[in-house]
Amino acid sequence: MEWNKIAKLTTTLGVTLVLAACGNEATNGDTNEAEGETTNSLSGSVQVDGSSTVFPIMEAVAEEFSMEYPEAQATIGVSGTGGGMEKFIAGETDISNASRPMKEEEATMLEEAGIESTEFRIALDGLSVVVHPSNDWVDYLTVEELKSIWLEESDVETWADVRSEWPEEKIELFSPGTDSGTYDYFDEVILDGEQIDREASLSEDDNILVQGVMGSENGLAYFGYAYYAENEGNVKIVPIENGEGEVVTPSSETVQDGSYEPLSRPLFFYVNNESIKDDTVYEFTKYTLEMAGDMATEVGYVALEDSIYTESLETLENLRE
Amino acid sequence: MKNKIIVPNEKQISKRILKNKFAKGIFFAATLFGMVVLATLIIRILTQGIGYLNIDFLTNYASRRPEDAGIKAAIMGTIWVMSITIPVSLILGVSTSIYLEEYAPKNKFTRFIELNLANLAGVPSVVFGLLGLTMFVRFFQMGRSILAGGFTMALLILPVIVVASKEAIRSIPQEQYEAAYAMGATKWQIIRTVVIPAATPGILTGAILSLSRGVGETASLLMIGAMTFIAYVPDSVLDGFTVLPIQIFNWASRPQAEFQSVAAAGSIVLLLILIIMNSLAILIRNKYSKRY
Repeated sequence: MEWNKIAKLTTTLGVTLVLAACGNEATNGDTNEAEGETTNSLSGSVQVDGSSTVFPIMEAVAEEFSMEYPEAQATIGVSGTGGGMEKFIAGETDISNASRPMKEEEATMLEEAGIESTEFRIALDGLSVVVHPSNDWVDYLTVEELKSIWLEESDVETWADVRSEWPEEKIELFSPGTDSGTYDYFDEVILDGEQIDREASLSEDDNILVQGVMGSENGLAYFGYAYYAENEGNVKIVPIENGEGEVVTPSSETVQDGSYEPLSRPLFFYVNNESIKDDTVYEFTKYTLEMAGDMATEVGYVALEDSIYTESLETLENLRE
Repeated sequence: MKNKIIVPNEKQISKRILKNKFAKGIFFAATLFGMVVLATLIIRILTQGIGYLNIDFLTNYASRRPEDAGIKAAIMGTIWVMSITIPVSLILGVSTSIYLEEYAPKNKFTRFIELNLANLAGVPSVVFGLLGLTMFVRFFQMGRSILAGGFTMALLILPVIVVASKEAIRSIPQEQYEAAYAMGATKWQIIRTVVIPAATPGILTGAILSLSRGVGETASLLMIGAMTFIAYVPDSVLDGFTVLPIQIFNWASRPQAEFQSVAAAGSIVLLLILIIMNSLAILIRNKYSKRY
């Protein structure tokens, strides 16, 4: 039977491939171990979970960490800020990543569970507001204008409704999905908890938002700064007027010095104080604070000022005693 | 008397031929649609991902640098989870269907259970994830382990396996049972020598479909706490794990365009694993279907 032959062939081929991969892996493991002996031996495990926004930074840190300590097991999950907190409260994780500060009810539940934790800042992220590259009328937007565009309750439908000299074309909105920390943050500083425009297209994948704006001349979207940095030629950034009336374009400098507000936000991670007594968790946390600035920049976020990392390291040392 | 042959007139014949051609056209278009979409998808991921597909990709762990990123932990995780899911779901699924078809009294209660089984097949996988989290991870204290992941996945695909196996058993000709009874066989002997061999091809078809769904499953595993970054190969069922679709999804949602290509390379690997699994099942199925 013809079909039978094909099936046999693919099976043999597949098994050979897998075996080949496994063979290779064994040799890889050996070299790793050899390196391990010359460097450090730390053989515990550290469980990290939480925000998908913080994930790329933590992944970079963990990648370096596992090269330094090949015996240690660092694992990172992406349950989202809220989902991560839930696991942190249940005592299932040592470290929880968050793209927003811990909520009050989460803090209460943590207390009830008898877990003490410490908050560390890991990096900064600027939300970038972008339009189609051919959009030559939007020079900047104020927070009020942003709010009027995005709210369901407002009567802004076209660009002309925002400022009368702008074209009378309907604005097409693209927003991160409601499960994301990015949406939460925008909701807090721009929407004030009110209903977002029901006609806005929501997506959990920020790349879809980039594509949406690229394909729509009247598109308007917001998403993490890293996505803008990767697509600089494809979309046009909109400067935002801050609380002091200055019009600011997001960049590493303006996000770091705090002048790009209210759309820049700190990213956090929380460590279970009890877990810090464990050498692996302690070393991992220390390593994170030492590397975070460089790693954040490498994966497209903005580093905090050095002094903040130094302070955090002192806090960690105090917890260790 | 003359023999009278009824000959349809020419007009009627051409009308029927036309109808036939029309039907053929519709079915061909339907097939073509699926094939074109599939071909586009495959060509797209092949051209995008093939550049990143090499031995290093298979033997490296995830990395922040696209050129160093590898899929080893995810491949191993998928294999580990499947090695729990396949036996658990097959043993439980086939046993359930044998009980329901062969032993259970044909009453309203059995019908009610069967109806619910069919409904379960349509429940969103996140719900199974929640169930797995409460039951396996927390209640049975398995933690966020391969064991918990494998059991959750087994639960997820169980309804499909049961429904497919029941259909396979039901389609065994009554005469085969009668022949076996006539020989004085007990129920268990009939199940062992008639039912299972005759139903195997049908059971395997159901298993292929449901396991393919399982290999591509993300939501329920994320719910029970599957990892995304892991830099070691699990060495027991109690270790943490990640699977291919989670890793691919994570890469696809990165801002850097290079990661989109890495995600495509991951999809190729996932497709290959699916083809291997399905080929194995087809081999076993053909071995049995020749006998009946």
